[in-house]
Amino acid sequence: MIRVQGLNKWFGEHHVLRDIDLHVAQGEVVVVIGPSGSGKSTLCRCLNRLESAGSGEILIDGVPAPVEGRELARLRADVGMVFQSFNLFQHKTVLDNVMLAPMKVRGLSRAEAEKTARDLLARVGIAEQAGKMPGQLSGGQQQRAAIARALAMRPKVMLFDEPTSALDPEMVGEVLDVMVQLAADGMTMVVVTHEMGFARRAADRVVFMDDGQIVEMAEPNAFFESPTTDRARSFLAKVLTH
Amino acid sequence: MSAFLDHLPEFWQGLIVTLQLTAASFAGAAVVGLLIAAMRVSPVPVLRGIGTAYVETLQNLPLLVLLVLAVFGLPEIGLQAGLQVTATVVIALYEGAYIAEALRSGVNAVASGQGEAARALGLTFGQSLRHVVLPQALRTVIQPIGNIFIALTMNTSLAAAVGVVELTAAANRVNLLEAQPIPIFVGAGLAYAVVAACAGLVTGRLERRLAVVR
Repeated sequence: MIRVQGLNKWFGEHHVLRDIDLHVAQGEVVVVIGPSGSGKSTLCRCLNRLESAGSGEILIDGVPAPVEGRELARLRADVGMVFQSFNLFQHKTVLDNVMLAPMKVRGLSRAEAEKTARDLLARVGIAEQAGKMPGQLSGGQQQRAAIARALAMRPKVMLFDEPTSALDPEMVGEVLDVMVQLAADGMTMVVVTHEMGFARRAADRVVFMDDGQIVEMAEPNAFFESPTTDRARSFLAKVLTH
Repeated sequence: MSAFLDHLPEFWQGLIVTLQLTAASFAGAAVVGLLIAAMRVSPVPVLRGIGTAYVETLQNLPLLVLLVLAVFGLPEIGLQAGLQVTATVVIALYEGAYIAEALRSGVNAVASGQGEAARALGLTFGQSLRHVVLPQALRTVIQPIGNIFIALTMNTSLAAAVGVVELTAAANRVNLLEAQPIPIFVGAGLAYAVVAACAGLVTGRLERRLAVVR
């Protein structure tokens, strides 16, 4: 579904992604973990070209990701993205947030879009919040609304860029539950996160990144029980002792 | 005071022309400002360059110079239009540069994640500007745009210098007859103040009505 080959990226002098090769199969859930500044968010943002790649190739569903313009917009319509800071449209109700893109990009009628939107909001457990503005919702509710908004485009792939990092601890669970359910339903997902529990529970594969490189890639059990590299071992020792 | 009251019809006529100039040139300036602001935030370097050049040129020339140039220069190259029409167009183009800058500051005040989220959903640049970024930008710049409206109202008085008989020119004509500048220009000034005060009321209302819950 996603194939990344020889991806490199620089921010000025800073080499943030080094020779990334990654293949995500249809229906697979890949969790990307690693220390801050390791390039995992940048990798995630490169996949739908919110960041341009320096060099290398990104194929989505066998098609090279277009560089700009309408083709790029079309690609992004098929790739859902959930952000750390939710990024719900502040001037629109939750329902309108979910309906906007299906109407403007897919050309759905208002009635169709509203039906899909209400179904999705019910699916993520916030049906009764549909008429509220984003600012009136809790962080967990906002993030679930953002997931519903992305799902409304019926994406082939979902990208999650640290979806729970901006949440109060008691709200992390409600968002992860939605993601676990989504994974169980067979969605292809790339999830950048610090939630090791989620990685164990829902991942088909864990990718460990450090210093812009993929250091280790393994099934969750193998990775958490017996990491093969020193860097992964020391990272896990630090995050799992608490 | 009788110098003012005796000539109310002339003042009234002048005020109507001032209101026409204000309304038409503000409408034009809003369209020009929107276009130029969209160019200045677009991802296409050529468009950004044109937008910047427009703003820099029009903001760096005095409106009076532009008015005189248009009224006396355009007929030289075969473009002839009525004085009021010419003045309206020039004021619209000039104030459009200011509106563009106000809008651009509003766009910059919208969190970058809003545009990113819109693009991530597959909206084109134009769609994300129209449906996501600009509606939020407009809410933050209601007050500055209200100020530009007031400045524009005052600037229409410069049209008097190129022969448009608006409120200031009408007052000037009355003064030539009556030679009582204080009541005459205080009266004209009050009329401008009423227009400006109305604009202030409207912007205050709009701002409260459209406030975004964050």
